[in-house]
Amino acid sequence: MTPKQFDYYSPASLNEAIQLLKTKDEAKVLAGGQSLLALMKLRLAAPKNIIDITKLQGLSYIKEDKDYLAIGALTIHDMLEQSAVIKSKFTILNDAASKIGDQQIRNRGTVAGSVCHADPAADLPTALTAADASYVVQGPSGQRIIAPKDMFVDIFTTALGHDEVVTEIRIPNFPLRTGSGYIKHSRREGDFAIVGVGTVVTLGDGNVCKDVRIALGSVNTTPMRAKSAESYLRGKKLDDKTIAEAAEKGPEGADPPSDMHGSREYRLEMIKVFIRRTMKLALSRIN
Amino acid sequence: MQSLKSNLVQVTCKINGKEYTGMAEPRTLLVHFIRDDLNLTGTHIGCDTGHCGACTIMFNGKALKSCMLLAIQAQGADILTVEGLAQGDKLHPLQEAFWENHGLQCGYCTPGMLIASLFLLQRNPDPTEDEIRRGIEGNLCRCTGYVNIVKSIKAAAKKMQEGGKTTAQPS
Repeated sequence: MTPKQFDYYSPASLNEAIQLLKTKDEAKVLAGGQSLLALMKLRLAAPKNIIDITKLQGLSYIKEDKDYLAIGALTIHDMLEQSAVIKSKFTILNDAASKIGDQQIRNRGTVAGSVCHADPAADLPTALTAADASYVVQGPSGQRIIAPKDMFVDIFTTALGHDEVVTEIRIPNFPLRTGSGYIKHSRREGDFAIVGVGTVVTLGDGNVCKDVRIALGSVNTTPMRAKSAESYLRGKKLDDKTIAEAAEKGPEGADPPSDMHGSREYRLEMIKVFIRRTMKLALSRIN
Repeated sequence: MQSLKSNLVQVTCKINGKEYTGMAEPRTLLVHFIRDDLNLTGTHIGCDTGHCGACTIMFNGKALKSCMLLAIQAQGADILTVEGLAQGDKLHPLQEAFWENHGLQCGYCTPGMLIASLFLLQRNPDPTEDEIRRGIEGNLCRCTGYVNIVKSIKAAAKKMQEGGKTTAQPS
């Protein structure tokens, strides 16, 4: 299989890349390419211009800031998986990154690439939504930050302008007594999620839920927060019964598709199961 | 800035320690370039969709699927393919171990299996069975049922540790 013909550009700087995006018709950014090239080979995507940013320097890093963790746009999944900081403090991202594709895919696929591709069944967008990540974006008129709730607009569609590039992902530091986890439900390793659930929970005094974010993937056109379940949990003491009651509210607002991997009804049911499991996983990680 | 219209461009890269130059369209996949233009047919194409891993190569030190890269992206890259594993007549410990433990039947997936295993063992010289199975998650074999492949990788790990050899030095 060969993609349709395109013109290829390998800009030497981010600004050059942005200029190309601005001036070239139907231009698409190529980062790791582990989703884009697959689509191009199947000719589900046929961009006229490819702007290859893989050789741009300085966009691959994981840095701890005072208030947040900064992940460079071109950081590969494997680097997320290997990172000690992520493993100890942002475990949810280790869970998600380590479940993406296979070793070869994780060796090339990038974090921002996965975000910008915005596949509703992908792991990182869901985990990042639970982690309340913001997206630093560079365009012709400068930099802006896209808020967590605004990034994912529709299936394969983000809030990114056609001439904008994500440069960094910022995850606010989790408060003390916070645990996080992501579980992907799939039939085989490496498959896309039938349902993916990410949870970040913070405890107050006496095991009372101080704050919680639950994000669901593969059950709507974008990753979504299970807001009803979240608000049910806040302020309550977290025991099995409360968690199970909250999980029952998990599917509210979800609109999953039926396909060969699972029916709509099955997915709605699995939301509840995996909210329970990720809640327990996240709680087990609070020391 | 490099601007390339949809016609042939020159790609130069190092494969198994030797410099190769060929012409490729921007849309040419790296695996096709390696096989059809450079005539290194050890790297196989099983699916062409990024699933099977038969086309796995070492690309600047990382195991990647060469059907998920463009040839043009290999400009200046350092690549290792299955042809670069043996030193003359001396097989690489991984190849020996696959031979001795019947780690292949039809052999079609083997070039990719070997490179994926090499990446695994370079990172983790003494992997558990689970770690081995996870390491070759991206490589499909339709003959063996993986049992002997896992056994081979385990045996290779031992050989490589004893021999102190964790990297292939392309001749």
